[in-house]
Amino acid sequence: MSQPQKVEKVSTRIWLEEPEPTNSFAARNAWLHGYDVYGEMLGRARWADMMYLLFRGEAPTKAQAALLDALSLVLANGGPRDPAVHAAMCGAVGGSTAASCLMAALAVGAGRLGGGREVLSAMQAWEHCGLELEAWQRHLSTPPAEAASVWPTTEHAAGFEAHGAGMAGIVRQALSYLASISPGPRLGWLFEQRHALALAAGSSPAMTGVAAAALADLGFKPAQGEMLYLLLRLPGAAAHALEQGETGHKQFPFFQLDLLDDPGKASA
Amino acid sequence: MNGPQHLQDAVGRWKSRMGGFFPAEQRTVFRGHDLHADLKGMGWLELCVFGITGRRHTPQQLRLMEALCVFTSYPDPRIWNNRVVALAATTRSTGALGMSAALAVSEAHIYGRGNEVQAITFFRDTHQALEAGTALEACLAREMATHGRIAGYGRPLVNADERIAPTMALAAELGLADGPHVRLAYAVEKHLLDNGKPLRLNYGGLVSAFGADLGFTPREFYLFMYPVFLGGMPPCYIEAAEQPEGSFLPLPCERVDYQGPAKRRWPL
Repeated sequence: MSQPQKVEKVSTRIWLEEPEPTNSFAARNAWLHGYDVYGEMLGRARWADMMYLLFRGEAPTKAQAALLDALSLVLANGGPRDPAVHAAMCGAVGGSTAASCLMAALAVGAGRLGGGREVLSAMQAWEHCGLELEAWQRHLSTPPAEAASVWPTTEHAAGFEAHGAGMAGIVRQALSYLASISPGPRLGWLFEQRHALALAAGSSPAMTGVAAAALADLGFKPAQGEMLYLLLRLPGAAAHALEQGETGHKQFPFFQLDLLDDPGKASA
Repeated sequence: MNGPQHLQDAVGRWKSRMGGFFPAEQRTVFRGHDLHADLKGMGWLELCVFGITGRRHTPQQLRLMEALCVFTSYPDPRIWNNRVVALAATTRSTGALGMSAALAVSEAHIYGRGNEVQAITFFRDTHQALEAGTALEACLAREMATHGRIAGYGRPLVNADERIAPTMALAAELGLADGPHVRLAYAVEKHLLDNGKPLRLNYGGLVSAFGADLGFTPREFYLFMYPVFLGGMPPCYIEAAEQPEGSFLPLPCERVDYQGPAKRRWPL
């Protein structure tokens, strides 16, 4: 006698679907954290409302939705100098698939320099230090030990410029505006303390630091913030990839290589 | 302040000791060697390992490295990383997208690269500490405090590993079974079992110990192990692609167990 097979299911607190009566693979209705997505939210909720609800499980206040909407604009395009966008363009100029361009942007935009991992670390720093300048100064002067992981070791303070000589204008503009509309305390505190923090870190707050403060003000956990940051930076990568795909590889720089260990030169 | 001078110095040029492609001269340099002349007799795995380490390995060592890949190439599409490949096939995406994503997914915490990078770091550090007179108990306590686990022991689905015996048999045949880190790996297993912790050495732990005995640094070993699951993935793609689209493990609505909030009205 064979044992009856256990019916394995995917468990979720996020998404409920009711099937069509004649096809259980087609959804008749869908609810997101209890809200009827296609019957009620569609036409009333905005993109930012949907994003907030997906990750936090509750509808945002108007102030929270406005901040997430503004942050989405801030992060949407790093421009062609951004390594993540550069990676997407590298895909497109060779005629690679759209998905590979975005995967390239995600991979390069995931790391400790300007990427999702930096935002996660910066959000962890907010959890650790809060709004206490002395705690930040201690954190920046003696960073916590890192566990062995697949991630390369940290080379600069998360949320601060790696190579900047001062706060970049667009970072200042973003921080100033986002701080003015944030329902949370961190963006405003970051704006007020930016000079003291820059002194402690040895460099100014970066866009990753602004994003981390905004995401923390919105109540996201670091892991949620990392995911959202990865998502929100994709639009620009996609647009620039499409542009370079049309322009073609002959217009795309190949750059110069100085080979320091060349057997051809040795034998010449 | 760090300043951008370092970046300014690197604009438009890359200095490399690793290699380069010289189309006008019809040659390619790979770590100081002409790829198509000096290295033309190399096997693919040998070239990969040379690219990672810059070091040459014996035929016995390379045979073991190849076996480490062979013994963990499972064409089972239920396994999480392989499932990505099969899902890509059933949705009629490309094989490269599916397998690239699956290899990225293999950089997991509880298996794959995340497990191994901690395990090889632990074995190397512990071997050094034991040589310096530290007790194994203290090393294990430090590892638990740092990482919250002893990576390389236990297994997500079952606490035994069918890959261990054939790997050890081959290593013995090649004269490579008795390195200090492999001996340490078994000593740790014995210590855990003797102290009431039913955590057996898993394959990730064993290969990491071999990696340390083969002289890999954690980063070298991490890069070497990147494609280790690849062999099992194309079969997953092929079989799912041969079946009608969408028919790989489809989920009807009843197979999703909703545990979230009750239905409610959208407030905005």
